[in-house]
This record gives sequence, structure tokens and C-alpha cells, in this order.
Amino acid sequence: MATSSRLDAKIPQGQLESKWSKYRSSVPLVNPANKRNLEIIVVGTGLAGASAAATLAELGYKVKAFCFQDSPRRAHSIAAQGGINAAKNYQNDGDSVYRLFYDTIKGGDYRAREANVHRLAEVSGNIIDQCVAAGVPFAREYGGLLSNRSFGGTQVQRTFYAAGQTGQQLLLGAYSGLQRQVGMGTVKMYNRHEMLDVVNIDGKCRGIIARNLITGEIERHGGHAVLLCTGGYGNVFYLSTNAMGSNVTAAWKAHKRGAFFGNPCFTQIHPTCIPVSGEHQSKLTLMSESLRNDGRIWVPKKQNDNRPGNEIPENERDYYLERRYPAFGNLVPRDIASRAAKERCDAGYGVGSSKLAVYLDFAAAVERYGRGEANKNNIHNASDADITLWGKAVVKEKYGNLFDMYKQITGEDPYEVPMRIYPAVHYTMGGLWVDYNLMTTVPGLYSLGEANFSDHGANRLGASALMQGLADGYFVIPYTIGNYLASEIRTGKISTDHEAFVKAEAEVKERIDTLLRIQGKTSPELFHRRLGKIMWDKCGMARNAQGLKEAIEEIRQLRRDFWSDVKVMGTANYFNPELDKANRVADFIELGELMCIDALDRNESCGGHFREEYQTEEGEALRDDENYMYVSAWEHKGPENWELHKEELVYENIKIAQRSYK
Amino acid sequence: MSWFSQTLTSSIGRKLLMALTGLFLISFLVVHATINAMIFYNDGGETFTHWGHFMATNPIIRTLEIVLVAGFILHIVDGLMLWKSNRDARPVKYAVNNAAANSTWYSRSMGLLGTLLLIFLVVHTSHFWIPNRTNQFATGEELDLYQMMLTTFQNPIVVLIYILGCISLFWHLLHGFKSAFQSLGLNHVKYNGMISFLGTAFSIVVPILFALMPIAIYLGWVK
Amino acid sequence: MEGNMSLSLKVWRQSNKEAAGGFEDYKLDHVSPDMSFLEMFDVLNEQLIEEGKEPVAFDHDCREGICGMCSMYINGRPHGPLRGVTTCQLHMRSFKDGDTIVVEPWRAQAFPVIKDLVVDRDAFDRVISAGGFVSVNTGNAQDANALPIAKEAADDAFAAAACIGCGACVAACKNASAMLFVSAKISQLALLPQGQAERSIRAEKMVAQMDAEGFGACTNTGACSAECPKEISLENIARMNREYIGAKFSSSAV
Repeated sequence: MATSSRLDAKIPQGQLESKWSKYRSSVPLVNPANKRNLEIIVVGTGLAGASAAATLAELGYKVKAFCFQDSPRRAHSIAAQGGINAAKNYQNDGDSVYRLFYDTIKGGDYRAREANVHRLAEVSGNIIDQCVAAGVPFAREYGGLLSNRSFGGTQVQRTFYAAGQTGQQLLLGAYSGLQRQVGMGTVKMYNRHEMLDVVNIDGKCRGIIARNLITGEIERHGGHAVLLCTGGYGNVFYLSTNAMGSNVTAAWKAHKRGAFFGNPCFTQIHPTCIPVSGEHQSKLTLMSESLRNDGRIWVPKKQNDNRPGNEIPENERDYYLERRYPAFGNLVPRDIASRAAKERCDAGYGVGSSKLAVYLDFAAAVERYGRGEANKNNIHNASDADITLWGKAVVKEKYGNLFDMYKQITGEDPYEVPMRIYPAVHYTMGGLWVDYNLMTTVPGLYSLGEANFSDHGANRLGASALMQGLADGYFVIPYTIGNYLASEIRTGKISTDHEAFVKAEAEVKERIDTLLRIQGKTSPELFHRRLGKIMWDKCGMARNAQGLKEAIEEIRQLRRDFWSDVKVMGTANYFNPELDKANRVADFIELGELMCIDALDRNESCGGHFREEYQTEEGEALRDDENYMYVSAWEHKGPENWELHKEELVYENIKIAQRSYK
Repeated sequence: MSWFSQTLTSSIGRKLLMALTGLFLISFLVVHATINAMIFYNDGGETFTHWGHFMATNPIIRTLEIVLVAGFILHIVDGLMLWKSNRDARPVKYAVNNAAANSTWYSRSMGLLGTLLLIFLVVHTSHFWIPNRTNQFATGEELDLYQMMLTTFQNPIVVLIYILGCISLFWHLLHGFKSAFQSLGLNHVKYNGMISFLGTAFSIVVPILFALMPIAIYLGWVK
Repeated sequence: MEGNMSLSLKVWRQSNKEAAGGFEDYKLDHVSPDMSFLEMFDVLNEQLIEEGKEPVAFDHDCREGICGMCSMYINGRPHGPLRGVTTCQLHMRSFKDGDTIVVEPWRAQAFPVIKDLVVDRDAFDRVISAGGFVSVNTGNAQDANALPIAKEAADDAFAAAACIGCGACVAACKNASAMLFVSAKISQLALLPQGQAERSIRAEKMVAQMDAEGFGACTNTGACSAECPKEISLENIARMNREYIGAKFSSSAV
């Protein structure tokens, strides 16, 4: 297999360990006087967007940042719970840049680019330094130094955290840096603005069309480069752990304007989410992976066991992850834990009223911590009740906010009964295809963070999304963007009077008018639900060729129905969340089709992509390295028409093996 | 605007001023209540008059009295300005507001309680302080305050007004005492309990002492 | 339909910033106790769309209690009847069949209504821009463990930093004061060694911006902390007072 001539990853030559440092030393620079004349548009203000916007402004570029929420601080990075990885080796437990690199490649089931992942591991330590310097209150030990914990798919403790609110603290850190620049006037912030198109002039990205969500006004914004930091597209499944507003629209518009879409079918299903409680459900809530540090996952040994969890005796419990994967136990990677839960539930061992749940049990941890406390305080004859009490206090300190959230949502007290959990859509490894510079196939158009496809292969390890978002924004783009902008210093201010802007704006307006004109019978919300059901049933945790083919047809029909029957209330001239939603759902429908096409193309199982036809006898994912060790990069050619370009993945520093966590 | 006036007209500066003047007025209450309590010697006003004379003639006290009046004025004017700007901060009110779920009524009613106290203050000073000082200025002689008291508190309506004034003072102090410490930034886990206890005790003891005066005179306990 | 609760809703409707608003009454049947409050609004909106009426606009995003976007004043309390909970985490099991629920937007001079239950909270962003940061450009940081921070200080800073910026403190306060929000940020950075360099100027500037936005002053009623979904402590306001007064009387900014 050879890489398509349309794809050039621009990976620097040389040894893996020195690629990034050499690149940094040789990349063209832009002098400060010229930076002041170069405008950069950043769409999205999550970890990637906020850190990029702030850092680029610090460097001297003129930055405009956009978010659809009422404040940049709301971006969904805020909801990340468990932590952020870094190869600091503060715990002296054998961690290193290479090991983080290796774990990430292996965790991604050998479908990520070596050079990108190594760079990520290299800058991981700087991220922690930067965040601490910015005042992020990470958890600390009594000696005042930083605390670490374990996450799935690793055997070292390299995860830095701030209780169960790490994403919040990191985002607020990046946001404060961004607001500092806003205050200084180097970043112009556009809250409640949604990007509705990118504008290319002579083959280069030169700006965006955005809608002011309050006034409804369609605005043109010109820039020398555009950065899409718009997150993932998990909401294509309707139910996911994403925020209600998380959407693919910006990435999708870029895709339709020439940016290839990489590995769209690679979706992460997170194993520990609160199960669906009914038809009304609008979103799913994650219970952090950090809980698997202390929680044990089990189902009853008997099928259809209806006894409450805490009444099932120890010897009638099947701790299936510990049984199947003794080396990693409850801390296997997410894809594996999710599939194992699905397997048990499909086989009739599920718990709860829906039978689509397994237990996550803290009884053992409570006892262990309780005894630890007793020992610490030199109490040798403590009663069981006291031990339980002390143990619960420790668990509360570690996971209190998660337990409260669980109780609030389910009405059950997880300190008393085991949590019920089930896998749910959480993250999308796929995204806009980017080269080593994080540039898409459109010159001047970049994609950072979850919005790009670059670092996690077919499965992302826990606590690595925050790492990637901040790596891209703080430490990668500030260098790589110079590579492009150095040749833009003679361009001058981008005029938004160019016909490309006029045309793009007209198209956006036309689409909005169409949406409002249809006045059918079905709300955008109901279309979204229907799409989600198709995607979850046929392109979810397990997929097969037959189902995918059906899904493609169903989605095409859904799209036709949407454009003839959608009912959008209100007008385009003022704040109208229904219109925003309709716009997003329309793009999700098109994306859903591409995801199914990609899943159908990939005749293997790897990471989060599990094709039922391709599995080992033990039910593990069966890769086909000979035929599928490539990144799928899809080019949009027109409605229902995509062309596949392949980027071959070359592993020079890692021995490829079947992934084993046994 | 100079940094000083800027500080004192900021939201926190105004609170600082409220707290400082409030604590100053609290210290005045201690003196006032103590001297009032002298009537309970029931010695025909001898002790009370002795100290009353001291308060009316001692040059240091007379100087401090000016500071006291200034303290009252500052506390009142600053309070009214705060009330105005706080009211402006919410031009549209809630249709349904269950504030009782998150705060005590008297902490939300300091303006109202303060206004009641102001009205009481006018009544009270026109009974005693103003006539006395006016007379002093005019003739150089003090009035017999003890006798005036015995007369004034024969009227049940006056007694009632004084009792209501003391009740307002109780609620005003119950919040104001602790609130002053919070405004000054004095909130510490080790001392909060003590401040709270002192505040509550003070708010109960001082108004009761004050209220006992007209009651005792009206009921003839003190002659 | 899955639930069996019936509710009467009185919801504030206002078509835009300038328009006069008013309450509309709605009846809603088949509400499930397992629904979140916002999911109940989803059902209401679907019902309104079916009736050809414009759905109620309300702010929401993460629906897991952390983004701080949801903001409803429910039966006279921000985020509804429970303590320590955002509207999105409030579930209908906290209400009874047959209840009447009144829903209003946050009310404050500094938070103008954009539409229905949606308000403009840009004032908070401007307060942060005034000084709610550590001025450290990317790349300047020393090794993270070169600066040990006592666990207690780190924990206290974290507790203050848990603020989600929803504005419930402003909504609850009888003076529409933003002091809990502002003090949480000032406290976080005052407690950490990283925040020391700009400690004085931060307190001065953030308070000045807070005042300029038209928030009221603090009467120490404690309503803000009682209604805060993250239970941010009043101690932070005391600390801010100290920081501000100390800064004003000691800094060289005249």
C-alpha cells in the first residue's frame, strides 16, 4: 500500500526522538513586526482553542476567537473529569517519554502516527508546568508536591488531576490566559457566534462566515489562517457524554470545502457511564475512568439475577475484567472494557431494570481504605462499622463529586449500593485529517484537539484528550503555524469583500432560509433522535457489513426526510436555538453517512471500531495490518459521494503486535 | 478621584465604612447601656446623674460626641447610598422569590431596620439629648435627665415606641455585629464561633437593658 | 409516554432584550420523576412546537453540572429547591404531581435578558479579563514540582476554583452582588504562590470592574453561598475584602 499522492503528512526526517526538536529549530519564523499584521481566527475555545488563542496572541499575532456558548469558559473540555497524562515520572515508577508514546500507540491499536504521538509525549511535561504556573490547583500530597493516579491502559501512575474536575480546572486556566489577552485587546472574543462556513480564496483558507446567535446577523471574518478547535462529533449518536451544543458543523463545513475527514468511524465508547433511564433522556453522564482505580466491575454469575447488587454474595459475582485480563484488571483500555460489558449484558448477565448495566463496586476499596486509616491512626481493634465509615470518608474525598452526581441522577446512593454503569459514546478519535503541522488538506486551515484525527489512533487512552488539546494549543501550533505564515507576510489584510466571501455568505443565508421555509411536521430534535438510533444500533459498539449497508440507506432517507419535513420555529433575525439545532442536525446526518461508509470500508476490528466479522476466538478485536494499516482520509466530492485517500502508517520504532492486556 | 475616596466609594469600601462605623456605634451602645443601667441602683437617680453629668461635661467625651454624631451620619448616609445602589442593581424584581430558603429576613432587612432605628433615634434624641444640649448651650445648665425620664416614661405609647426601637435594634445588631467582622475580612474558622456567640449575646443583652429602662419606670420598679 | 406527573408551569417569555416580557402558563402531563428539569423543558418545547408555538429559549450545555451555562430561577430560587445542584442536575423527583412551577430568568442589571430565560453574563468574562489570571506566557514555566504548595492551600484554592460561573450567586443575592464569584477567583490566586506577584493589582482591578458592571454590594446575607451549586464558601468574600482593603491601603497605585 502506498500513501495517496494527495496526502503529505510532512513528517520531519530523522530519528523519532529528534524530529520535533530539529523541526522547532529549523521552522521558518515570523518577526514580531510582521506578526502584528497577521490575523488568525480560532474557532472553539476549549482546551485546544483557548490555549492556542492565548498563546498566539502572546506571540504577537492578531487573534479573533469564536465560541457558540455564552462564554469561552463553557466549552465542553470543562466536563473532563479524571485527569491529564504527562511523562513526568514523578512517581519514580518507570515512566518515560518513550513509555507514554508506546502506551498511546498501543492503546490506539496501532492506528496512530508515530511522529505525532511522540511529539505529544515529549511536550506532555511542559503542559503540567504551564498549567501549574497559571494557577491550576492540581491535587497534591502532604509534602506539597503533585499527586498522580492510574488510568486505563497503563501500568504507571502518570495522571495529574484536580479531584474529579480536572478538565474544569485546566479549561479555567486556559480561559484565564485567554481573557488576559482579551483584556489587553490582542484577542477579540466573539461569544455566542457559530461558524457556518469557511472561505477559501485561490486554494487557501482566508476566513469564515459566522452567525451572531443573538442578533442572527451573518458576519464575514477574514484571516491569514483559520484554526478549527471545535471538538468531537459524538453527538451524531444523539445520546453521548458530549454537551448538548457539541456539534460537527464547523469541521463539516471545512470538510465540504476541501478538508479531508480522517478515520470518521473511530468512536470511543466509554465503559463507565450512568445507564439510560428512559425515553426522555437527552444526554449521558460519564463516571470518570479514575473510578476504576478503586471500583471493581462485576456482574452476577447467574443469568437474569434480579437480586439487588449488595445482596449477591461474593462467590456469586463474576469480576469479569479481572478474570479475563489479570495483568490490567479493571484498568484495561476503554474499548476493551466497553466491549466486555456489552458481551456480558448481551449474554444475559446485565443488571438493573433495563438489564443494560453492570456493577461498579467500591465495597472492597472502602474496606481497604478504612483499614488503612485505622492503621494510620494506630487503631488495631476497630469495628467493621468504623472501618466502613472511615473508608467511605476516603472514597468521598477522592470521588465525592462523582458520587454526588450519580446520586443526583439515579436517585441511588453509591456509598450504599454498587453503581450501575454502561458504556456510552464519549469521544471521537476521527476528525479532520491534518499533517504534522496540524494543517488540513486546505492550506491555512488547521485543526486542533479532538477536532482533528491525529494522535489517538483507533482508541484513546484515558486522560490523553486533555493532554492532546493543550499540547496542540500551547506547544505545537505556535511553532507549526509559523511554517505557513512566514510566507504570508506579504499578503496584506484579507478583504472580506472578495467574491468568495460574498458567495459563501449567500450560501449560508440560503441554507438558513431553506430551513425556515420547509415548515414540515418534525422538529430537529426528533430527526436527531432518529439519526442517533440508527448510528447506535448499526455503527455503535459493534458493527457488521450488513447493518452498515442498511444504515447508509436509512441515513440517506433520513436526510431526504429532513430537508422536506423539518419544522423550524422562529425567525433568522434573532436568538433562535431551534434554528441552530436544525443547522447542526443537518450536518450530523451527512456525517453519519460518512461514518458508516468508513466503517464499512474498514474490514477489520481495531480499537473502538469493532466489526463483528473480525474477531478472535476469545472475542478480541482482530486487526488486519496487511490491508488496513492506514488512515482513511475521505474527500467530499458531492452529495453521497466521497473518495477515499489512504495514508499508510509506518512503524519504525515500535514492534507491532496483537494488543494484549492479559 | 483620589485613591482614598475611590476606595471608600467602591462596593467593598462602603461596606468597610459600614462595618467600622457600625462597630464604633456598637462601642457607643456599650457606654450608653452601662450608664443607663445605673438607674437600677434605684437610688433616686444619684449614680445615674453623676455619670450623666460626667458625659455631658467632660471635654474628652464632648469631643468624642462630635465623632459619634459623625459616625451616625456616616453610617446612615452610607447605608442609604448602599441601599440605593443595591436596589439599582436589580431593576426588575422576581415575581416569586423564596429568599427565606437561603437567608434570614433580618439580614435582608438591614435598611428597613436601620430606618426604623433612625426614626426611633429622632424620637429618642428629641426626648432627651436635644433639649438637654440646647439648654446647655442657652444657659450653661444641664437638665435633670432622671426626672425627665420618670415623666416621659409614664406615657404607655412612648414606652411602646421604645420597646419597638429596642426590638429593631436587636435584629439590626443580630446581623450587623457578625456582618461587620465579615466585611472587615475577619472570618476564620477558629474565631467565627466566638464572634457569633458574642454577636448574639450582645444583640440580646444590650437591647434588653435598654428596654428595661422605660418598662421599669412605667411599672414603677424604679422611682 | 412514560411518566405520570402532571405539572403547571408559569414561564417567563420575552422575545428580546428590549421587549416587555410576561408569564405564560403551560400544562404538562406524563412527566417522569427520572427526568432532569431541563429534559422536562425539552418535553415542553416539543409540545409547543407541535402546537405551532415558539419553544422556550433557555441556556444549557453540558447537562452534567459543570459548564455553568444553565440558569433558571425556579420557584423563587436559583437552580431550584435543592442545595449544591445546578438546574440540569435537578430531577423531577424533587417535585410533586400537580405542582405549579414558576420559572424566571436571572434578574440583575448586569445580566440583561436576551430572550425568555436566557441572560447575558458577559460581565463575568470582563471581570476575569480585569485580573483573574496569572500573567505567565506559554513557555515560561519552571518544573511543576519546583514549587511545593501546602496541601491545605492547594485544597482551599481548588475549593474556590470550583466556581462554575453560572451567576446563581448574583441571582440569589438581594443586591445582585457578584462578590462570591469575584472572591472565588481572587481567593484561588491569593492562596497560591503563583498568584502572589499580581496579588494587589488583581484585587484592585477585579473589584473595580465588578463595580463598573453594576453589580450590587454585599450585605453578608449568605444567600449566594447557600444557593451556589458548588457551595463556594463565604470565607472567600471575607478574604476578598481583606485582599482589597489591604491592596488599596498598601499598593503604590494612586
